[in-house]
Amino acid sequence: MSRKQIVVVDYGMGNLRSVAKAAEHVANQSADILVSQNPQDIANADAVIFPGQGAAKACMQALKDTGMMQPVIEAAETKPFLGICMGLQVLMTYSDENQGIECLDVIPGLVKKFDETRFPELKIPHMGWNQIHQTQDHPLWHGIVNSSRFYFVHSYFVKPKLDHYAIGTTEYGETFTSAIAHNKLFAIQAHPEKSADAGLQLLKNFIHWNGA
Amino acid sequence: MGLAKRIIPCLDVDNGRVVKGVQFVEIRDAGDPVEVAKRYDQQGADEITFLDITASSDNRDTIVHVVEQVASQVFIPLTVGGGIRKVEDVRQMLNAGADKVSINTAAIHNPEFVRQAADLFGSQCIVVAIDAKKVSADNEPNRWEIFTHGGRKSTGIDAINWAIKMESYGAGEILLTSMDRDGTKIGFDLELTRAVADAIKIPVIASGGVGELQHLVDGVKQGHAQAVLAASIFHFGQHTIEEAKLAMQQQGVEVRL
Repeated sequence: MSRKQIVVVDYGMGNLRSVAKAAEHVANQSADILVSQNPQDIANADAVIFPGQGAAKACMQALKDTGMMQPVIEAAETKPFLGICMGLQVLMTYSDENQGIECLDVIPGLVKKFDETRFPELKIPHMGWNQIHQTQDHPLWHGIVNSSRFYFVHSYFVKPKLDHYAIGTTEYGETFTSAIAHNKLFAIQAHPEKSADAGLQLLKNFIHWNGA
Repeated sequence: MGLAKRIIPCLDVDNGRVVKGVQFVEIRDAGDPVEVAKRYDQQGADEITFLDITASSDNRDTIVHVVEQVASQVFIPLTVGGGIRKVEDVRQMLNAGADKVSINTAAIHNPEFVRQAADLFGSQCIVVAIDAKKVSADNEPNRWEIFTHGGRKSTGIDAINWAIKMESYGAGEILLTSMDRDGTKIGFDLELTRAVADAIKIPVIASGGVGELQHLVDGVKQGHAQAVLAASIFHFGQHTIEEAKLAMQQQGVEVRL
Protein backbone atom coordinates (compact mmCIF):
# COMPACT_ATOMS: atom_id res chain seq x y z
CA MET A 1 0.00 0.00 0.00
CA SER A 2 1.39 3.35 -0.95
CA ARG A 3 1.78 6.02 1.67
CA LYS A 4 -0.76 8.71 2.19
CA GLN A 5 -0.07 11.81 0.09
CA ILE A 6 -0.60 15.08 1.88
CA VAL A 7 -0.21 18.24 -0.15
CA VAL A 8 0.58 21.63 1.37
CA VAL A 9 -0.82 24.19 -1.07
CA ASP A 10 1.84 26.65 -2.19
CA TYR A 11 0.34 29.76 -3.77
CA GLY A 12 3.14 32.07 -2.80
CA MET A 13 1.65 33.32 0.46
CA GLY A 14 3.53 32.80 3.63
CA ASN A 15 5.77 30.44 5.37
CA LEU A 16 4.94 26.99 4.10
CA ARG A 17 8.16 25.56 5.31
CA SER A 18 7.07 25.68 8.95
CA VAL A 19 3.84 23.89 8.16
CA ALA A 20 5.58 21.26 6.05
CA LYS A 21 8.29 20.68 8.64
CA ALA A 22 5.81 20.25 11.46
CA ALA A 23 3.69 17.88 9.35
CA GLU A 24 6.76 15.84 8.43
CA HIS A 25 7.77 15.72 12.06
CA VAL A 26 4.46 14.24 13.22
CA ALA A 27 3.91 12.06 10.13
CA ASN A 28 7.14 10.31 11.03
CA GLN A 29 7.39 8.61 7.62
CA SER A 30 3.76 7.44 7.70
CA ALA A 31 2.75 9.95 5.02
CA ASP A 32 4.43 11.92 2.27
CA ILE A 33 4.24 15.67 2.73
CA LEU A 34 4.46 17.51 -0.57
CA VAL A 35 4.60 21.27 -0.91
CA SER A 36 3.15 21.95 -4.32
CA GLN A 37 2.13 24.67 -6.74
CA ASN A 38 0.64 22.15 -9.13
CA PRO A 39 -3.18 21.89 -9.29
CA GLN A 40 -2.84 18.26 -10.38
CA ASP A 41 -1.05 17.40 -7.13
CA ILE A 42 -3.97 18.83 -5.17
CA ALA A 43 -6.41 16.82 -7.25
CA ASN A 44 -4.40 13.66 -6.58
CA ALA A 45 -3.78 14.29 -2.88
CA ASP A 46 -5.34 12.18 -0.15
CA ALA A 47 -5.50 15.22 2.08
CA VAL A 48 -4.74 18.92 1.71
CA ILE A 49 -3.26 21.51 4.04
CA PHE A 50 -4.09 25.08 3.11
CA PRO A 51 -1.97 27.62 4.99
CA GLY A 52 -1.92 31.34 4.46
CA GLN A 53 -0.47 34.56 5.76
CA GLY A 54 -0.67 38.21 4.97
CA ALA A 55 -3.68 40.04 3.64
CA ALA A 56 -6.90 38.50 2.28
CA LYS A 57 -6.74 40.43 -0.99
CA ALA A 58 -3.20 39.29 -1.74
CA CYS A 59 -4.16 35.71 -0.88
CA MET A 60 -7.17 35.75 -3.20
CA GLN A 61 -5.07 37.30 -5.96
CA ALA A 62 -2.34 34.69 -5.48
CA LEU A 63 -4.92 31.88 -5.67
CA LYS A 64 -6.18 33.28 -8.96
CA ASP A 65 -2.72 33.91 -10.40
CA THR A 66 -1.49 30.43 -9.61
CA GLY A 67 -4.62 28.71 -10.88
CA MET A 68 -5.12 27.21 -7.46
CA MET A 69 -8.55 28.61 -6.72
CA GLN A 70 -10.68 25.89 -8.27
CA PRO A 71 -8.50 22.97 -7.08
CA VAL A 72 -8.56 24.38 -3.53
CA ILE A 73 -12.36 24.78 -3.55
CA GLU A 74 -12.76 21.23 -4.85
CA ALA A 75 -10.41 19.83 -2.26
CA ALA A 76 -12.16 21.74 0.52
CA GLU A 77 -15.47 20.19 -0.51
CA THR A 78 -14.31 16.64 -1.12
CA LYS A 79 -11.28 15.52 0.88
CA PRO A 80 -9.73 15.90 4.32
CA PHE A 81 -8.75 19.55 4.31
CA LEU A 82 -7.00 21.65 6.92
CA GLY A 83 -7.14 25.44 6.62
CA ILE A 84 -4.74 27.45 8.75
CA CYS A 85 -4.96 31.16 9.67
CA MET A 86 -5.61 33.03 6.39
CA GLY A 87 -6.38 29.57 5.02
CA LEU A 88 -9.45 29.67 7.27
CA GLN A 89 -10.47 33.24 6.50
CA VAL A 90 -10.49 32.99 2.70
CA LEU A 91 -12.85 29.99 2.92
CA MET A 92 -15.61 32.37 3.95
CA THR A 93 -17.89 34.37 1.67
CA TYR A 94 -16.57 37.87 2.20
CA SER A 95 -13.83 39.63 4.19
CA ASP A 96 -13.84 43.21 5.39
CA GLU A 97 -10.06 43.38 4.95
CA ASN A 98 -8.59 45.64 2.21
CA GLN A 99 -11.83 47.66 1.89
CA GLY A 100 -13.72 44.42 1.35
CA ILE A 101 -13.01 41.37 -0.77
CA GLU A 102 -14.98 38.41 -2.09
CA CYS A 103 -13.55 35.14 -0.82
CA LEU A 104 -13.98 31.47 -1.76
CA ASP A 105 -17.43 31.03 -0.19
CA VAL A 106 -16.82 27.41 0.76
CA ILE A 107 -18.30 28.21 4.17
CA PRO A 108 -20.99 30.91 4.25
CA GLY A 109 -19.93 33.69 6.52
CA LEU A 110 -17.96 36.88 6.99
CA VAL A 111 -14.52 37.97 8.14
CA LYS A 112 -14.49 40.89 10.57
CA LYS A 113 -11.85 42.98 12.29
CA PHE A 114 -11.47 43.07 16.06
CA ASP A 115 -13.50 46.01 17.26
CA GLU A 116 -11.04 48.64 18.43
CA THR A 117 -13.74 51.08 19.43
CA ARG A 118 -15.47 48.60 21.70
CA PHE A 119 -12.22 47.26 23.14
CA PRO A 120 -9.71 50.12 23.00
CA GLU A 121 -7.31 48.35 25.36
CA LEU A 122 -6.75 45.42 23.00
CA LYS A 123 -3.49 45.15 21.14
CA ILE A 124 -3.97 44.39 17.46
CA PRO A 125 -2.85 42.03 15.96
CA HIS A 126 -4.02 39.42 18.43
CA MET A 127 -0.58 37.89 18.79
CA GLY A 128 0.45 35.12 21.13
CA TRP A 129 -0.92 32.10 22.98
CA ASN A 130 -4.64 31.96 23.63
CA GLN A 131 -7.09 29.24 24.55
CA ILE A 132 -9.32 27.38 22.15
CA HIS A 133 -12.47 26.14 23.83
CA GLN A 134 -13.72 23.04 22.05
CA THR A 135 -17.43 23.72 21.60
CA GLN A 136 -18.06 20.46 19.72
CA ASP A 137 -16.33 17.09 19.59
CA HIS A 138 -14.20 16.47 16.55
CA PRO A 139 -11.61 13.80 15.64
CA LEU A 140 -8.99 16.56 15.27
CA TRP A 141 -9.42 17.55 18.93
CA HIS A 142 -8.51 14.01 19.97
CA GLY A 143 -5.79 14.00 22.66
CA ILE A 144 -5.88 17.80 23.06
CA VAL A 145 -7.01 19.01 26.46
CA ASN A 146 -9.99 21.34 26.15
CA SER A 147 -9.01 25.02 26.33
CA SER A 148 -5.39 24.33 25.41
CA ARG A 149 -3.42 27.33 24.25
CA PHE A 150 -2.46 27.80 20.60
CA TYR A 151 -0.34 30.44 18.91
CA PHE A 152 -2.31 33.15 17.09
CA VAL A 153 -1.33 36.09 14.88
CA HIS A 154 -4.23 37.89 13.22
CA SER A 155 -6.33 41.04 13.18
CA TYR A 156 -9.47 39.60 11.56
CA PHE A 157 -11.65 36.66 12.57
CA VAL A 158 -14.41 34.58 10.98
CA LYS A 159 -18.13 34.74 11.63
CA PRO A 160 -19.75 31.71 10.04
CA LYS A 161 -23.37 32.28 9.09
CA LEU A 162 -24.50 29.13 10.85
CA ASP A 163 -23.48 28.42 14.42
CA HIS A 164 -22.96 24.74 13.88
CA TYR A 165 -19.84 25.33 11.79
CA ALA A 166 -18.04 26.65 14.86
CA ILE A 167 -16.24 23.96 16.81
CA GLY A 168 -13.80 26.12 18.73
CA THR A 169 -14.00 29.57 20.27
CA THR A 170 -11.48 31.98 21.76
CA GLU A 171 -11.82 35.15 23.83
CA TYR A 172 -10.13 38.35 22.84
CA GLY A 173 -12.30 41.22 23.94
CA GLU A 174 -15.24 39.33 22.52
CA THR A 175 -15.66 35.59 21.92
CA PHE A 176 -14.80 34.70 18.33
CA THR A 177 -14.85 31.50 16.29
CA SER A 178 -11.31 30.13 16.20
CA ALA A 179 -12.03 26.78 14.53
CA ILE A 180 -14.69 25.55 12.15
CA ALA A 181 -15.58 22.15 10.71
CA HIS A 182 -17.88 20.95 7.97
CA ASN A 183 -17.81 17.44 6.50
CA LYS A 184 -14.13 16.72 5.77
CA LEU A 185 -13.04 20.31 6.23
CA PHE A 186 -11.43 21.61 9.39
CA ALA A 187 -9.98 25.10 9.63
CA ILE A 188 -8.31 26.90 12.47
CA GLN A 189 -7.33 30.52 13.08
CA ALA A 190 -4.26 29.62 15.16
CA HIS A 191 -1.01 28.16 13.84
CA PRO A 192 -0.82 24.49 14.86
CA GLU A 193 2.67 24.30 13.34
CA LYS A 194 3.82 26.84 15.93
CA SER A 195 1.71 25.69 18.87
CA ALA A 196 4.06 23.18 20.49
CA ASP A 197 2.47 19.93 21.72
CA ALA A 198 -1.18 20.89 21.25
CA GLY A 199 -0.54 22.01 17.68
CA LEU A 200 1.54 18.96 16.80
CA GLN A 201 -1.22 16.70 18.14
CA LEU A 202 -3.74 18.45 15.92
CA LEU A 203 -1.52 18.01 12.86
CA LYS A 204 -0.98 14.37 13.77
CA ASN A 205 -4.72 13.86 14.09
CA PHE A 206 -5.21 15.43 10.69
CA ILE A 207 -2.61 13.24 9.01
CA HIS A 208 -4.31 10.11 10.33
CA TRP A 209 -7.86 11.34 9.70
CA ASN A 210 -9.91 9.82 6.88
CA GLY A 211 -12.48 12.58 7.05
CA ALA A 212 -15.12 10.60 8.88
CA MET B 1 -9.16 34.05 30.53
CA GLY B 2 -7.56 35.35 27.40
CA LEU B 3 -4.26 36.01 25.73
CA ALA B 4 -1.21 34.90 27.73
CA LYS B 5 1.79 37.14 28.35
CA ARG B 6 4.83 35.67 26.67
CA ILE B 7 8.26 34.78 27.98
CA ILE B 8 10.98 34.81 25.35
CA PRO B 9 14.54 33.59 25.96
CA CYS B 10 17.09 35.31 23.74
CA LEU B 11 20.20 33.59 22.42
CA ASP B 12 23.23 35.35 20.99
CA VAL B 13 24.67 33.34 18.13
CA ASP B 14 28.17 33.89 16.78
CA ASN B 15 29.30 31.84 13.80
CA GLY B 16 26.58 29.29 14.43
CA ARG B 17 27.29 28.79 18.12
CA VAL B 18 25.44 30.10 21.16
CA VAL B 19 27.71 32.48 23.05
CA LYS B 20 27.62 34.41 26.34
CA GLY B 21 27.34 31.05 28.04
CA VAL B 22 24.35 28.83 28.41
CA GLN B 23 24.36 26.18 31.08
CA PHE B 24 21.95 23.32 31.47
CA VAL B 25 22.97 20.35 33.53
CA GLU B 26 21.15 17.97 31.23
CA ILE B 27 22.56 18.88 27.85
CA ARG B 28 25.82 17.79 26.34
CA ASP B 29 26.60 20.76 24.17
CA ALA B 30 25.43 24.10 25.52
CA GLY B 31 26.86 25.88 22.50
CA ASP B 32 24.60 24.11 20.05
CA PRO B 33 21.62 26.36 19.21
CA VAL B 34 19.40 23.38 18.43
CA GLU B 35 20.04 21.75 21.81
CA VAL B 36 19.50 25.01 23.67
CA ALA B 37 16.32 25.84 21.75
CA LYS B 38 14.91 22.38 22.39
CA ARG B 39 15.57 22.77 26.08
CA TYR B 40 13.78 26.10 26.25
CA ASP B 41 10.89 24.68 24.25
CA GLN B 42 10.58 21.83 26.76
CA GLN B 43 10.58 24.35 29.61
CA GLY B 44 7.63 26.12 28.00
CA ALA B 45 9.22 29.10 26.24
CA ASP B 46 6.54 30.93 24.24
CA GLU B 47 8.96 31.95 21.50
CA ILE B 48 12.71 31.96 20.98
CA THR B 49 14.76 34.87 19.67
CA PHE B 50 18.13 34.42 18.02
CA LEU B 51 20.40 37.40 17.74
CA ASP B 52 23.11 36.85 15.16
CA ILE B 53 26.19 38.71 16.35
CA THR B 54 28.51 37.25 13.73
CA ALA B 55 30.79 40.11 12.76
CA SER B 56 31.68 39.00 9.26
CA SER B 57 28.97 39.21 6.65
CA ASP B 58 30.74 36.34 4.86
CA ASN B 59 29.27 34.01 7.42
CA ARG B 60 25.62 34.91 6.91
CA ASP B 61 24.83 31.41 5.70
CA THR B 62 25.70 30.01 9.10
CA ILE B 63 22.72 31.60 10.84
CA VAL B 64 20.46 30.46 8.01
CA HIS B 65 21.59 26.92 8.62
CA VAL B 66 21.00 27.31 12.37
CA VAL B 67 17.45 28.53 11.77
CA GLU B 68 16.77 25.61 9.41
CA GLN B 69 17.97 23.13 11.98
CA VAL B 70 16.03 24.65 14.86
CA ALA B 71 12.85 25.08 12.82
CA SER B 72 12.76 21.40 11.93
CA GLN B 73 12.80 20.37 15.58
CA VAL B 74 11.25 23.17 17.61
CA PHE B 75 7.62 24.06 16.89
CA ILE B 76 7.13 27.43 18.52
CA PRO B 77 7.65 30.87 16.94
CA LEU B 78 11.25 31.78 16.12
CA THR B 79 12.55 35.31 15.66
CA VAL B 80 15.90 36.15 14.11
CA GLY B 81 17.65 39.47 14.45
CA GLY B 82 21.06 40.87 13.58
CA GLY B 83 22.14 41.95 10.13
CA ILE B 84 18.67 42.09 8.57
CA ARG B 85 19.23 44.91 6.08
CA LYS B 86 17.31 44.17 2.93
CA VAL B 87 14.23 42.41 1.65
CA GLU B 88 16.34 39.48 0.52
CA ASP B 89 17.60 38.97 4.10
CA VAL B 90 14.02 38.80 5.35
CA ARG B 91 13.01 36.33 2.66
CA GLN B 92 16.02 34.16 3.37
CA MET B 93 15.25 33.95 7.10
CA LEU B 94 11.55 33.25 6.59
CA ASN B 95 12.35 30.57 4.04
CA ALA B 96 14.77 29.01 6.49
CA GLY B 97 11.91 28.67 8.98
CA ALA B 98 11.98 31.88 11.01
CA ASP B 99 8.52 33.28 11.80
CA LYS B 100 9.66 36.83 12.40
CA VAL B 101 12.71 38.94 11.75
CA SER B 102 13.88 41.72 13.96
CA ILE B 103 15.07 44.87 12.20
CA ASN B 104 17.17 47.35 14.11
CA THR B 105 19.77 49.65 12.56
CA ALA B 106 18.50 49.20 9.02
CA ALA B 107 15.15 50.69 10.07
CA ILE B 108 16.92 53.83 11.26
CA HIS B 109 18.98 54.22 8.09
CA ASN B 110 16.06 53.39 5.83
CA PRO B 111 12.58 53.40 7.42
CA GLU B 112 11.07 52.54 4.02
CA PHE B 113 12.66 49.12 4.37
CA VAL B 114 10.25 48.36 7.21
CA ARG B 115 7.28 49.38 5.10
CA GLN B 116 8.55 47.37 2.15
CA ALA B 117 9.14 44.26 4.24
CA ALA B 118 5.75 44.53 5.95
CA ASP B 119 3.97 44.98 2.62
CA LEU B 120 5.71 41.98 1.12
CA PHE B 121 5.67 39.53 3.98
CA GLY B 122 3.00 40.85 6.33
CA SER B 123 3.28 42.85 9.53
CA GLN B 124 3.07 39.68 11.60
CA CYS B 125 6.67 38.81 10.79
CA ILE B 126 8.25 42.25 11.13
CA VAL B 127 9.62 43.15 14.55
CA VAL B 128 11.34 46.50 14.91
CA ALA B 129 14.01 46.52 17.60
CA ILE B 130 14.51 49.80 19.44
CA ASP B 131 17.56 50.41 21.61
CA ALA B 132 16.68 53.35 23.82
CA LYS B 133 18.51 55.39 26.41
CA LYS B 134 17.22 58.04 28.75
CA VAL B 135 18.51 61.47 27.75
CA SER B 136 16.51 63.73 30.09
CA ALA B 137 17.96 65.04 33.32
CA ASP B 138 16.39 63.97 36.62
CA ASN B 139 14.45 67.20 37.01
CA GLU B 140 13.09 67.10 33.46
CA PRO B 141 10.19 65.12 32.02
CA ASN B 142 11.31 61.69 30.83
CA ARG B 143 12.75 61.52 27.36
CA TRP B 144 14.44 58.60 25.64
CA GLU B 145 16.38 58.51 22.40
CA ILE B 146 17.34 55.76 20.03
CA PHE B 147 20.97 54.69 20.17
CA THR B 148 22.99 52.53 17.83
CA HIS B 149 26.34 50.75 18.08
CA GLY B 150 25.45 48.96 21.29
CA GLY B 151 24.25 52.15 22.95
CA ARG B 152 27.28 54.28 22.15
CA LYS B 153 25.96 56.39 19.32
CA SER B 154 22.98 58.70 19.65
CA THR B 155 20.66 59.24 16.72
CA GLY B 156 18.70 62.11 18.26
CA ILE B 157 15.46 60.27 17.49
CA ASP B 158 12.81 60.23 20.21
CA ALA B 159 12.06 56.62 21.17
CA ILE B 160 8.30 56.99 21.62
CA ASN B 161 7.83 58.91 18.38
CA TRP B 162 9.95 56.32 16.62
CA ALA B 163 7.78 53.46 17.93
CA ILE B 164 4.66 55.27 16.69
CA LYS B 165 6.30 55.83 13.32
CA MET B 166 7.38 52.20 13.00
CA GLU B 167 3.86 51.06 13.83
CA SER B 168 2.53 53.26 11.04
CA TYR B 169 5.14 51.79 8.67
CA GLY B 170 3.79 48.31 9.31
CA ALA B 171 5.85 46.88 12.16
CA GLY B 172 3.91 44.08 13.85
CA GLU B 173 5.72 44.28 17.13
CA ILE B 174 8.33 46.36 18.96
CA LEU B 175 11.29 44.80 20.75
CA LEU B 176 12.23 47.52 23.20
CA THR B 177 15.61 47.37 24.91
CA SER B 178 16.74 49.83 27.54
CA MET B 179 20.45 50.37 26.92
CA ASP B 180 20.68 51.89 30.40
CA ARG B 181 19.54 48.61 31.90
CA ASP B 182 20.96 46.03 29.49
CA GLY B 183 23.33 43.77 31.42
CA THR B 184 22.69 45.45 34.78
CA LYS B 185 20.31 42.84 36.24
CA ILE B 186 18.40 45.59 38.08
CA GLY B 187 15.21 45.23 36.07
CA PHE B 188 13.56 46.78 33.01
CA ASP B 189 13.26 50.53 32.58
CA LEU B 190 9.56 50.35 33.46
CA GLU B 191 8.80 53.99 32.68
CA LEU B 192 10.23 53.59 29.20
CA THR B 193 8.39 50.33 28.65
CA ARG B 194 5.07 51.74 29.79
CA ALA B 195 5.49 54.97 27.81
CA VAL B 196 6.04 53.02 24.59
CA ALA B 197 3.48 50.28 25.27
CA ASP B 198 0.76 52.83 26.02
CA ALA B 199 1.57 54.87 22.92
CA ILE B 200 1.04 52.13 20.31
CA LYS B 201 -1.48 49.43 19.41
CA ILE B 202 1.03 46.74 18.49
CA PRO B 203 2.60 44.51 21.16
CA VAL B 204 5.77 45.52 22.99
CA ILE B 205 8.43 43.05 24.11
CA ALA B 206 10.35 44.43 27.09
CA SER B 207 14.07 43.76 27.16
CA GLY B 208 17.20 44.76 29.05
CA GLY B 209 18.01 44.37 32.71
CA VAL B 210 16.29 41.23 33.96
CA GLY B 211 18.09 39.83 37.00
CA GLU B 212 15.30 38.11 38.89
CA LEU B 213 11.82 36.73 38.31
CA GLN B 214 10.06 39.71 39.84
CA HIS B 215 11.48 41.87 37.06
CA LEU B 216 9.56 39.83 34.51
CA VAL B 217 6.33 40.29 36.47
CA ASP B 218 7.00 44.02 36.76
CA GLY B 219 7.60 44.32 33.02
CA VAL B 220 4.09 43.09 32.39
CA LYS B 221 2.20 44.59 35.32
CA GLN B 222 3.92 47.95 35.58
CA GLY B 223 5.52 48.21 32.14
CA HIS B 224 2.38 47.07 30.27
CA ALA B 225 4.49 44.83 28.03
CA GLN B 226 2.83 41.93 26.19
CA ALA B 227 6.00 39.88 26.33
CA VAL B 228 9.25 39.84 28.28
CA LEU B 229 12.62 38.87 26.91
CA ALA B 230 15.60 37.73 28.97
CA ALA B 231 18.89 35.97 28.49
CA SER B 232 21.24 35.38 31.40
CA ILE B 233 18.58 34.66 34.03
CA PHE B 234 17.68 31.54 32.02
CA HIS B 235 21.04 30.70 30.47
CA PHE B 236 22.89 30.12 33.70
CA GLY B 237 20.29 27.84 35.20
CA GLN B 238 19.33 30.49 37.75
CA HIS B 239 15.70 29.97 36.78
CA THR B 240 13.71 27.89 34.33
CA ILE B 241 11.06 29.35 32.06
CA GLU B 242 8.50 27.37 34.02
CA GLU B 243 9.55 29.00 37.29
CA ALA B 244 9.20 32.37 35.64
CA LYS B 245 5.70 31.52 34.49
CA LEU B 246 4.66 30.29 37.92
CA ALA B 247 5.93 33.53 39.46
CA MET B 248 3.89 35.49 36.95
CA GLN B 249 0.81 33.36 37.49
CA GLN B 250 1.03 33.76 41.28
CA GLN B 251 0.79 37.49 40.78
CA GLY B 252 -2.22 37.28 38.55
CA VAL B 253 -0.54 37.37 35.15
CA GLU B 254 -2.04 35.01 32.61
CA VAL B 255 0.56 32.62 31.17
CA ARG B 256 0.69 29.43 29.13
CA LEU B 257 1.59 26.57 31.48
